Amino acid sequence: MSLRAEVEVPAVLQEPTQGLALAVEGVDLRFGGIRALRGVSFSAEPGKITAVIGPNGAGKTSVFNAISGFYRPAAGRITLGGEDITSMPIHARAKRGIARTFQNIALFHGLSVLENIKLGGHHTMRAGLLSAMVYSRSTRDEEVALRAEVERKVIDFLEIDHIRHLPVGVLPYGMQKRVELARALAMQPQVLLLDEPVAGMNREETEDMARFILDVQEEWGVTVLLVEHDMGMVMDISSKVVVLNFGEVIASGTPDVVRRHPEVIRAYLGTEGADPA
Amino acid sequence: MRTGICHETFASEERLWPVAATRVWMLILAICLFSLPLWGGDYVLAMTCIVGIHIVATLGLNITTGNTGLISLSHGAFLGVGCYTVAWLAHRGVPFYVALPAAGLLTALIGVVVGLPSLRVKGVYLAIATLAAHFILTFVFREWDAVTGGVPGTTIPRASIGNFTFVGDRRNFYLIYGCAFLLAIAARNLARTYIGRAFVAVRDRDISAEILGVNLLQTKLQAFAIGAFYAGVAGGLLGYFYGAITPEYFVLTLSVFYLAAVIVGGLGTVLGSVLGAVFMTFVPEALRLAVNASSHWFPSVAALLLPMGQAVFGLLIIVFLVFEPHGLAAIWSRVRRVIHLWPFRT
Repeated sequence: MSLRAEVEVPAVLQEPTQGLALAVEGVDLRFGGIRALRGVSFSAEPGKITAVIGPNGAGKTSVFNAISGFYRPAAGRITLGGEDITSMPIHARAKRGIARTFQNIALFHGLSVLENIKLGGHHTMRAGLLSAMVYSRSTRDEEVALRAEVERKVIDFLEIDHIRHLPVGVLPYGMQKRVELARALAMQPQVLLLDEPVAGMNREETEDMARFILDVQEEWGVTVLLVEHDMGMVMDISSKVVVLNFGEVIASGTPDVVRRHPEVIRAYLGTEGADPA
Repeated sequence: MRTGICHETFASEERLWPVAATRVWMLILAICLFSLPLWGGDYVLAMTCIVGIHIVATLGLNITTGNTGLISLSHGAFLGVGCYTVAWLAHRGVPFYVALPAAGLLTALIGVVVGLPSLRVKGVYLAIATLAAHFILTFVFREWDAVTGGVPGTTIPRASIGNFTFVGDRRNFYLIYGCAFLLAIAARNLARTYIGRAFVAVRDRDISAEILGVNLLQTKLQAFAIGAFYAGVAGGLLGYFYGAITPEYFVLTLSVFYLAAVIVGGLGTVLGSVLGAVFMTFVPEALRLAVNASSHWFPSVAALLLPMGQAVFGLLIIVFLVFEPHGLAAIWSRVRRVIHLWPFRT
C-alpha cells in the first residue's frame, strides 16, 4: 500500500519554499571509550524526506543530537545550506531553521496547546523586556500577529483547533505527538528533524501522522529528516533511506535499493547461521 | 450562569481581561481597595500596607521560582538590598520616584550575580547556592556600617513629592499599592508574552526550550533579575513604611516566608502571589490573636503557642504541596467555576 497515492495535492500551495540541504560529513562522536558515531556521512536533499534507520543503539538519535547541537562531534562537520553549524549554540540553530521533535514527547505541561505551539515562534519575537511588561502597542501587535500566523498556518493545517485551549497533559499520546509537530512547524523550519514520529502509535494514528508529514513536505517544501522504526511507513514516504549500524552508515539510497542491500538484511535479520533468537 | 465566550478577533482574546464582567469586577475591587484609607481602621490599614509589600516581593519570587522553576532562598536578602539602597539614596536627597526604581535595578544586578549558578545547577543545589548568597548579603548588612548602619540599623527619610510627605499608614498605603498594582499588571503582561512563555518552557523542559531558540543563559538570568527587581522595590517600600530598619529583619525566615507564600498561593500565577502573600501574612496574625484570646483562660498556652509560627509555616507548605500543589489560586478557580455554572454542577 502506498500512502502517497492517497494524498490530495491542494490546488493552491501554501507559499512553497525550498528547504535547505543538510549535510553530515564524516562525523565522529565519542563517549569516553565508546565511539557512538564513526565517520558518519550522509545528506538530506532540500525539500525531500530522508529517513535514518538502524537497529537499537545504532546511533540514530546520536546523529539527531549532533545536528541539534546537544553533542559536539569529535571530528567532521555538519552543514545547513552550505553553512557550517557544527559548533553553533543550540538556541542559535532555531534561527537558522532547524526544528525538531523528540522521541519521548517534550511538551511543556504547564502551558496550553496554543501556548506550546506559540513557543515555536519564539525565535521570531523581538519585543524588549520593558515593552513586554507594559504590553506596549508593538508588543501587542507582535503577539497578535504570532497568534494569527500560528492559527492560520499550523493549527488549521494539523486539525487541532478543537484542543487549542486545553493543557497538553490531558491529551492522548497521539495528539501530543501532533502538538509537538505543530510546535516544530510554528518555527517555520527549513529542516525538520522527527525523532520516531509514530513510535507507540496505532495504525490509524500512524497513517494520520504519515499524511501530515507528506503534506508538510509537499506544501511547505521543508526538508524532512526522520528516525523511525516503522519500516512500512519509512519505505512508503521517504525518498531516501540511510541505514546506520554500530555508528556507521552501512547503506543509503532509495527505499528499494536499501531494502535489497545485503548489509541491511544482515543487520536486521542477523548473519546466516547465527542464532535465530 | 455563563454559557460561553465569543471572540471575533485574536486581539480581543489576547486582552488582559478578555471578559467584560471580569473588567467590571476588577474595577470594583480597585475602587474598594484604593478607598480603604478613607474607611479602614488603623490596625486594618497597617496590616494592609504590610500585605502590599509582601505582595510585591511575592510577585517577584513567583516569577523566579514559580514560573521559571529556579528556587531562590536569597529573596529575603534581596529586600534588604533594596531597603538599604533606598536608605542610602534618600539620605542624599534622592526623591522616592528615582530611589525606588534605582533600588530595583541595583537589586536586579545582584540578582543576576546570585543567579549565575543556575546555569549549572538546578533544584536543591541551586537552593543551597542561593542560601549561601543570602548569608553573604546579610553579613554585608551587619558589617558595612557606612551604608547599612551595622547591627543598630539605619533610618530612612520619608518619601515625599512636593510638599506632600508619605508619613503614616494612610499615605504610605497609596505609595505601596500604587507600586503593587503596577507591578502586578506588569507580571501579568509578562506572562502573556513570549518572554513569560519562555520562563515556563525553561521550567518544564529546558532541553526542548533550547531547541525552540530560547537562550537558557539569558532567560534564567532574566528571571532572576526580574524577581530581584520586585524584591528591591518591595524592600524600598518597606524602608519608607517603617522609617528605620535593622539587619534583624532580613533573616532566612523571610526568604522561607516568601517561598511559602508562592507555594501556598499558587506557583506561576499572579493571583497566587496575591493570595499567598495575604494568607501568609494573616496566618501569624490569626495565631497571635488566638493566643491572646486564649491566654485569659489558659495562660500557659501562650508560652507554648507563640514559638509555633515557624512550625505552622512548615506545616502549611507541606499540606499545600501534598493536597493542593497549585495553591489557593487553583482553589479559587474551582470556586469560580462552581459559581459560573450555578445552578448546574460539573
